[in-house]
Amino acid sequence: MDYITLIQLLDSTVRLATPLLLACLAGLFSERAGVFDIGLEGKMLAAAFFSAALASLTGSVWLGLAAGIGASMVLSAVHGLASITFRGNQLISGVAINFLAAGMTVLIAQDWFAQGGRTPSLFGGARFEPITLPFAEAMENAPIIGPLYEELISGHSILVYAAFLAVPLTWWILFRTRFGLRLRAVGENPAAVDTAGVSVVGLRYAAVGIAGLLCGVAGAYLSTALQAGFVKDMSAGRGFIALAALIFAKWRPWYALWATLLFGLFGALETRPDVIQAVIGIKVQGQLLGALPYLMTVVILAGFVGKAIPPRAGGEPYVKER
Amino acid sequence: MDVMPKWAEVILVPLISLLLAAILSALVILSIGEDPIAAVNLMVKGALGSTYGWGYTLYYATNFIFTGLAVAVAFHARLFNIGGEGQAMLGGLGVALAALYIPWPHWTLALIGAGTMAALFGAVWAAIPGWLQAKRGSHVVITTIMFNFIAAALLNYVLVNVMRPPGSMDPASARFPEAVHLPTLHELLAPLGIAFSKSAPANVSLLVAVAACVVVWLLIWRTRLGYEIRAYGHSQPAAKYAGISPVRITMVTMIISGALAGLMAINNVMGESERLVLNATEGAGFIGIAVALMGRSHPVGVFFAALLFGFLYQGGAELALWTSIPRELIVVIQALVILFTGALDNMVRMPLERLFLMFRRPGPPSPTPETEPKPGPRSAQSESAE
Repeated sequence: MDYITLIQLLDSTVRLATPLLLACLAGLFSERAGVFDIGLEGKMLAAAFFSAALASLTGSVWLGLAAGIGASMVLSAVHGLASITFRGNQLISGVAINFLAAGMTVLIAQDWFAQGGRTPSLFGGARFEPITLPFAEAMENAPIIGPLYEELISGHSILVYAAFLAVPLTWWILFRTRFGLRLRAVGENPAAVDTAGVSVVGLRYAAVGIAGLLCGVAGAYLSTALQAGFVKDMSAGRGFIALAALIFAKWRPWYALWATLLFGLFGALETRPDVIQAVIGIKVQGQLLGALPYLMTVVILAGFVGKAIPPRAGGEPYVKER
Repeated sequence: MDVMPKWAEVILVPLISLLLAAILSALVILSIGEDPIAAVNLMVKGALGSTYGWGYTLYYATNFIFTGLAVAVAFHARLFNIGGEGQAMLGGLGVALAALYIPWPHWTLALIGAGTMAALFGAVWAAIPGWLQAKRGSHVVITTIMFNFIAAALLNYVLVNVMRPPGSMDPASARFPEAVHLPTLHELLAPLGIAFSKSAPANVSLLVAVAACVVVWLLIWRTRLGYEIRAYGHSQPAAKYAGISPVRITMVTMIISGALAGLMAINNVMGESERLVLNATEGAGFIGIAVALMGRSHPVGVFFAALLFGFLYQGGAELALWTSIPRELIVVIQALVILFTGALDNMVRMPLERLFLMFRRPGPPSPTPETEPKPGPRSAQSESAE
């Protein structure tokens, strides 16, 4: 494998890892506050549709992004209502949200565009175009660093950079601010937070809201940057891979970055079987690569490779004066 | 103790939840510019208006009975098995192996043999997550989700690379031999002089599904094991104190649950397509969740909920055929049912409980009513408190 192939592979790794990373951080906020979220998939899907739809109707990708975030936040509100206010089962609520998004997106897409559950292809201002960083062209011919900068670091859409910036930001919010401390406390011991006079319900809604925002960006990225338009079921299990990455990362922001990059690499390799064969000498089945994130998560969860311990109050509705 | 009488608990709460889901569904149909009443009429006519429609409704219902029972059995032990889809896929693999590589003399033997294989494969696919939860503490919900994807990848691999007959482009197994053909309802009812549509796929598996309902009822409410499963579901510390092994109950429950989900394959793989195709389960494993929630984890409830979803499925197909309402409407209805009967259960329950408290007669010495509502539907709470 030559250098250029490696750079190309890493380039598509970054592009495929971005939605995973955003969804993974969304799950991180929610689960750190003690609200399990298996509805990441559905929120991403809804956001993907509404951003593509609005971008297509208005021609502005920014309006599309706003619509996607809005749709995702609405589903977050449903999840919050079910799992925080009415103390329902968070897992069941997540399942419901996934199906709601899967059904509603196609239903509305058919009603608005009548193209068999998809939006028209997006072009021009209705998409997030790649950004060329300064000096990218000038450095193109420099050895080693040239292609690295020009191909890998430059030339992504703004959402990619936003996603990568979200990692230190998440770390800072969770581990360096008062809000973050309280948010983490609410996922470990809500009764203690309540005793301290801080609203458990408010904190959990805030966390679920942030999750909605991040899922919204992830979904918008799928339909307006990674691809040009919405197609049915386009999230294609990414929400669940993000969930797997979250466990893999043991609910920590920086680990989440590495985990999603790793899973992004699997995705990139899936499309380049020739590269794998060249590197390790054996033909690896594409299906195996596709299943690898799930297999690795099962192994990690089982504690064979280090133990993944979820937030202690995760999945439990908080009842005052139990 | 209980604030509400039993009839309200069993009938009223699910009925109101269902009504809410129906109202919202009607609003969805209205908002896409269609007439909900005409839609319902069309669905009833398409799904129940002919023996052809009934044949499809019952065929779908058979699938949902199996997957619904699978989820319901796990609910009794407070385990949430989302892996019905993967277990049913593996069940299909078991059926295909049995049907293709064993020369069966008669369909009855083939049904027993293939059914055993289906249950076995499904059980193994559920036993691994069960073991991982019981012994290694990984959450069964997450592992069963992962196992759905692993199952899909496995089936994809097997169908494309191993079981595909040479020369065929289709990622599917070879056709099963004629000897393993399961009699359809048409063939079963014709000797009795009842005319039933020839082309509908409902088959003898329906009777197996009904039998499974009875067996599950017996298991849960009439055996020692069932008692232990329920005890474990109500209170794990109490069950442990009573000498019930959490590892054993988790494993056994998941195995039974997986076997039931796997058994679905005798209907869709052996009874309908008569070969193993890609994505043979068509989401039936997930509908099992809605069916179990609506049926309140009781076999009788599961049976009727499965019938309702069978009707919705067939009716939805008719709608997609004759109107501009896509089939995904059913997915929306399914989501709303899961939302209202599962996650938002307390939204219906809390006001109702308040209502019943208000009208309760201050009768003979009654224990002080507990105003604090329970944290959720007992059966639907799958949390293991970890």
